[in-house]
Amino acid sequence: MKRLIKVGGRHRKLEGWPLLFTILTTISVLIGGVVEFIPLVLVKGNVPTISSVKPWTPLELTGRDIYIREGCNNCHSQQIRPFRHELERYGEYSKPGETIYERPFLWGSKRTGPDLARVGGKYPHLWHVRHMEDPRSTSPQSIMPPYAWLLRKELNLSHLPAKMRVLNTMNVPYSAQEMENPVALAQSQAQEIANEVAAQGGPSNLADKEIIALVAYLQRLGTDLNATSAD
Amino acid sequence: MAVSSTQTDSISTGTNQNSHHIKNRSAYDDQVVKLFLIATVIWGFVGMLVGVLIALQLPFWPANMGEYLTFGRLRPLHTNAVIFAFAGNAIFAAIYYSTQRLCKTRMYNDLMSRIHFWGWQGIIVSAAITLPLGISTSKEYAELEWPIDIAITLVWVVFAFNFFGTLRVRREKHMYVALWFYIATIITVAVLHLGNSLAIPWAAMHSYPIYAGVQDAFIQWWYGHNAVAFFLTTPFLGLMYYFLPKAAERPVFSYRLSIVHFWSLVFIYIWAGPHHLNYTALPEWAVTLGMVFSVMLWMPSWGGMINGLFTLRGAWHKLRDSVVLKMFVIGITFYGMSTFEGPLLSIKSVNALSHYTDWTIGHVHSGALGWNGFMTFGMIYWLLPRLWKTKLWSNRLANAHFWIGTIGILVYVISMYTAGITQGLMWRAFNEAGRLLYPDFMETVIQIIPMYWARMIGGSMYLVGVVLMMINVYQTIKLAPKERKDPVIDLPAGSGALGTA
Repeated sequence: MKRLIKVGGRHRKLEGWPLLFTILTTISVLIGGVVEFIPLVLVKGNVPTISSVKPWTPLELTGRDIYIREGCNNCHSQQIRPFRHELERYGEYSKPGETIYERPFLWGSKRTGPDLARVGGKYPHLWHVRHMEDPRSTSPQSIMPPYAWLLRKELNLSHLPAKMRVLNTMNVPYSAQEMENPVALAQSQAQEIANEVAAQGGPSNLADKEIIALVAYLQRLGTDLNATSAD
Repeated sequence: MAVSSTQTDSISTGTNQNSHHIKNRSAYDDQVVKLFLIATVIWGFVGMLVGVLIALQLPFWPANMGEYLTFGRLRPLHTNAVIFAFAGNAIFAAIYYSTQRLCKTRMYNDLMSRIHFWGWQGIIVSAAITLPLGISTSKEYAELEWPIDIAITLVWVVFAFNFFGTLRVRREKHMYVALWFYIATIITVAVLHLGNSLAIPWAAMHSYPIYAGVQDAFIQWWYGHNAVAFFLTTPFLGLMYYFLPKAAERPVFSYRLSIVHFWSLVFIYIWAGPHHLNYTALPEWAVTLGMVFSVMLWMPSWGGMINGLFTLRGAWHKLRDSVVLKMFVIGITFYGMSTFEGPLLSIKSVNALSHYTDWTIGHVHSGALGWNGFMTFGMIYWLLPRLWKTKLWSNRLANAHFWIGTIGILVYVISMYTAGITQGLMWRAFNEAGRLLYPDFMETVIQIIPMYWARMIGGSMYLVGVVLMMINVYQTIKLAPKERKDPVIDLPAGSGALGTA
């Protein structure tokens, strides 16, 4: 060690060889990442699969991309930690197997608002519609900004076939039917949700609006864990 | 044992070689340093202004103005602007200035220097347009979509080529410690950016990552944590190792310490990423490994702080008259504090309380405002009179910047620590019956709104300091002599091999 770091020692020589210096630096910074990442990918036990966890439907996928566009993940996490107080507040803690179709993952790093990992089914569809239009109508002291344009903007489904193809290439197990006509599937799910919103006393013209896709996504969050396999 | 780092940095205005100076590489290219410096100041202002706006949006939701200017879209703009535009341009200014001096040669290629500068500004502008439009990958500090990622890669390759080319044609046999840190920066940022950005496009400006779920989370925080390490730490340590001894007119405290802390820092940092995922679905072994290495990281980090602060031994009296040294001392002190706080926050039991709260926000701002900001300001005040060959316009104004900035950081971080710890404790509080004491999340938000206002005041003070600096920069440049000559390289006698490149 002494020979290495003394003035005029071996390190001094190394300082005269930029190429070797750069190679040694590169090796030093690669080791940690490789040692941590390779087992994560190779050892299956790291992410035990859960048979009831299924890919997003085309409409939910569209809603998820709206969630990303609006940057919801900047204020809402989707990851419940295994603490008693979190289980009480949010429900069962998040499992690795629940996230296998998350591209990108949306666990978040800050809870300016509450965690959403198991928000699915917690409120009626109409609650979400009202909450996005004006958060203070459902939560009087909320600091969340309104997202009223989601109720006005037309839902754009034109990218769905391309999105599904990309996910399919990465081994997301979509059925032949989902791959062939994702747009029609999305539209029929949207109509279903829009009908329920109207039945709950909400606006009746939302079937082709962005809000419906977002509601579809939010209502699915965290529900697969306890879904029956018949789904 | 200390080794002198202060090299003769002659900015002689000799004219005998000026006519051929570009060809025979006998003059430094300081024009590109000036460009990077001015860009640093402008983007710093923009990034921090957006910071103040989003700080206002939290306690006052009507400040979310329509679709394109909500917190969710502006927060990534703020983080990207401060990290890649403000700190980015600052480290490029530092690297281009000091590498030329340390290698006693002009940058390898002037055109590459310009492509790097303008390419980087183009990337920043494209970020400023796409992020408010909602074009985002959602991955923190890597929100930019794939076409911009490709542009970043290309510009970075040009930068690397130019830098390593300069090392190749250097006229100093040994590379000074600042250059080691620059090498680590350039290599590692390239690896991180490529690794985390791998995605398959599904539209012109949209893509899905090749990693899913747990693996995506791991890769993201391998990237995210080491962006802090190799974009906000190693290049700034390089900056410190060059500019602090210059400003203090003292050699670096310990050569041996610089070797030990350099290698341990670059080796250990990369392991620490998983501490961002404590108690998540990431496997326990990975999280624990991340935590252990994070705690180990404390030592090499403090090695840097000690080497910086001890360089001032016997020179502390100079702080009275030197605003540059004052800023460096505050910067290095905040480096020490946030690199102590980082390992602390990575410990699981502490993280259980701090994670998802504003404590994290306080922590990163002690690093960004304290360490990155003040090291940058110190460098700018040191470079201004030298690059523009004049006096700093107002020393008093610079001192005012120092004080208002320092107080601003303190107000900022103390309010965020208070908010974070308060909310963290409220989330986990149970009543005597064993039920949540604050079952309504909203209660825990209302409680910290005064802290959000305090944070906005602290951040605004810091921004006012930056405005004072902008005035000083503008006025100093106005004082500069019209003639623009690149400073001739003062070569030691006997090293006549000019133009060996």
